[in-house]
Amino acid sequence: MSELHERKVKVYPRFERFWHWSQMALIFVLLFTGLGLNGLHGLIPFGPAVMIHTLAALALILLWVFAIFWHLTTGTWVHYVPTTEGLFKVARFYAYGIFKGEHHPYRKAYWRKHNPLQALTYLALKLILFPAIWVTGLVYLGYNFWESAPDSSLWLQVVANLHILVAYAIAAFVVAHVYLLTVGHSFREHVRPMITGFDTVALTPEEEAYLEQDEPARLKPERS
Amino acid sequence: MPALSSRLAGASLAALFACAAPGLAQEGAAGKSTADHSKFEILQKEFSSGPAVTEACLSCHTEAADQVKHSVHWQWEFDNPETGQTLGKRHVINAFCGNVVGNEARCTSCHTGYGWDDMSSPPPQQSSAVDCLVCHDNSGQYTKLATGAGHPPLEAKGKTITGADAWAVDLKKAAQSVGLPGRENCGGCHFYGGGGDNVKHGDLSSALYEPTRDVDVHMAADGLNFTCETCHVSDEHVFAGSRYNVTAHDTGGTGLPGMRRDVATCESCHGDSPHPVTIKGVKLNDHTDKVACQTCHIPSFARGGVATKTFWDWSTAGKLDENGKPISEEEFVQSDGKHLHTYLSTKGHFEWGEDVEPHYAWFNGQVEYTTADRTIDPSQVVEVNRIGGAPGDGVSRIWPFKRMEGRQAYDTELNHLVYNHVWGPATDTAFWTNFDWARSIEAGMKAAGAEYSGHFGFVDTYMYWPITHMVAPSGDALDCEECHARDGRLANLAGFYMPGREAMGPGGMLGLLILAASILGVAGHAAIRLFTRGKGGSHE
Repeated sequence: MSELHERKVKVYPRFERFWHWSQMALIFVLLFTGLGLNGLHGLIPFGPAVMIHTLAALALILLWVFAIFWHLTTGTWVHYVPTTEGLFKVARFYAYGIFKGEHHPYRKAYWRKHNPLQALTYLALKLILFPAIWVTGLVYLGYNFWESAPDSSLWLQVVANLHILVAYAIAAFVVAHVYLLTVGHSFREHVRPMITGFDTVALTPEEEAYLEQDEPARLKPERS
Repeated sequence: MPALSSRLAGASLAALFACAAPGLAQEGAAGKSTADHSKFEILQKEFSSGPAVTEACLSCHTEAADQVKHSVHWQWEFDNPETGQTLGKRHVINAFCGNVVGNEARCTSCHTGYGWDDMSSPPPQQSSAVDCLVCHDNSGQYTKLATGAGHPPLEAKGKTITGADAWAVDLKKAAQSVGLPGRENCGGCHFYGGGGDNVKHGDLSSALYEPTRDVDVHMAADGLNFTCETCHVSDEHVFAGSRYNVTAHDTGGTGLPGMRRDVATCESCHGDSPHPVTIKGVKLNDHTDKVACQTCHIPSFARGGVATKTFWDWSTAGKLDENGKPISEEEFVQSDGKHLHTYLSTKGHFEWGEDVEPHYAWFNGQVEYTTADRTIDPSQVVEVNRIGGAPGDGVSRIWPFKRMEGRQAYDTELNHLVYNHVWGPATDTAFWTNFDWARSIEAGMKAAGAEYSGHFGFVDTYMYWPITHMVAPSGDALDCEECHARDGRLANLAGFYMPGREAMGPGGMLGLLILAASILGVAGHAAIRLFTRGKGGSHE
């Protein structure tokens, strides 16, 4: 096996970073206003909370429309294709190996930037939790379009409860997501790639040669 | 209100002002009419009585008396087409002075006629018994005697219907001044219902003669300056706006010019989606199918410095001092410093309120009265008039009400509310003269021709008065969290889901558990990492 060479490779292009951080900001706005609407804090009055929550949600949905288009057209969606290969190893690492001081079993590749567990988690987030919160949220928001249905008040209650449940599940994801930034490298090192776009990736000579030749912009020039 | 102004900026604003114009014209501007009644020969004479004036009016306005006689203003009787109940002042019992029957000349002082002194008969038949001046006098000095069965005072003796010392009315001056009714005409009776200023309704008081904008955005003297008739449109002397059969949800909207002269609803001018098309406006418009305009736009009633009576306990009436003289207490101090009665030997104990937060209820427009033939359950608070409606019936909306609390007499054997005879200076049965409940009730029941066991007690009552006047400027409308809160204004309304009001549901509880599990899991994981000093391997 040929020797690996560590290079700074752009793994998060500009749109992806924009998507990530604006999504983060909107999710925090939604969580903050949502908790207020449910009476868990009184830091914002109900009326403004509803307005901000609605606008942030619509903005996030719009962002998602662009993100889906981007994933499909750039082929980025392949990063989220689930695989069982190495999945168990990563799970075992977080549950056990990490306490023994073992190394993280996953080797990041420029064409596969997430570890299998990460990819599976993000996929579940994107395919289950996010659609669930949009659908329940839009149905909730559009109550007046279906209020004449039988038992609509009861169904509104069901929709509201589901919406809140999914919101807490997303909050739980945020907790785990932020915590895992402390695992391995320092927190700052983990966050930096999502700001600069560049992460340290061990490249095979072939990979490096390909990038040098065909996608030079994705490689940071090595300091001489 | 940005909402209203933007919506009405176009044609509808013009329509609104066109609508208001007759009202504006008649107040102090009688000259705008095509007829100057002071030039009419038939009015250039001294009149000896109210009916004499009416005869002169009818010599030109040939159909007017007949039209008036078809109105509730005249008949004091209303057959509710929905419930089949026969209502109206002639028949119902209320939580104030109770009933008209047996107390005629006092109560019928506010009848739009002259000389109706017996409720067991319809109002007087002759056309000249119609009182034109009470509505059409624009001289400002026509009034009715408090105890004259509708006749005006012709000498300075007694009291008027507003409780003022009477003066000698100049009938000639009144007759020559006639025009469209102004607030003074309607207010003279309607602001003083229940025996005094704002006693009964809570949202109709002398504060509306010249209200500021914050008291009534429509009637503000320096604003739109509406009269009552601007909204309470009429056709052949019959007016829109019934308290017995309320148009609680007007889905007809504004209509076109020339259409709809039949309702006094907010929607008939503002439409059913009056808020602007913004994120907020759309959400507010979403409310109009379940929440009456009044609920948000009349944040409190009895505004403008005139208190309303909120509680009336008849059971304590009749106490006399050691000399056998009636007692009075005036413990309530109105915001203008005026002291109001809190006890009268004639009427019992009272409570008053200013800027009162309404009682809220689902309302479909139907009001069912506990008339004297209805059996009551004295172990419960008796609803003198029951508000119809329920969430989810597709019709009802949440409305504001004044909920009058009372304690009034009932027949303890038959379990009926009773009629009482309170006014009658010359009788030995009237309560206000003799302070004897037994005789007062017996006389009242006899006058009404109702069955009575001879045994009476007192029962707690509620009476509901829909609140629809004193609309505040939009800036004073209720904020969302007034209702969308755990302990908000609608906390006691059950049977429907309302965001922000409900306690945490299963979704919230399960979700919080998931979040807590995630936080605990992460904290545990971090603790074990620290304990084992496992740095958490790098990728190398």
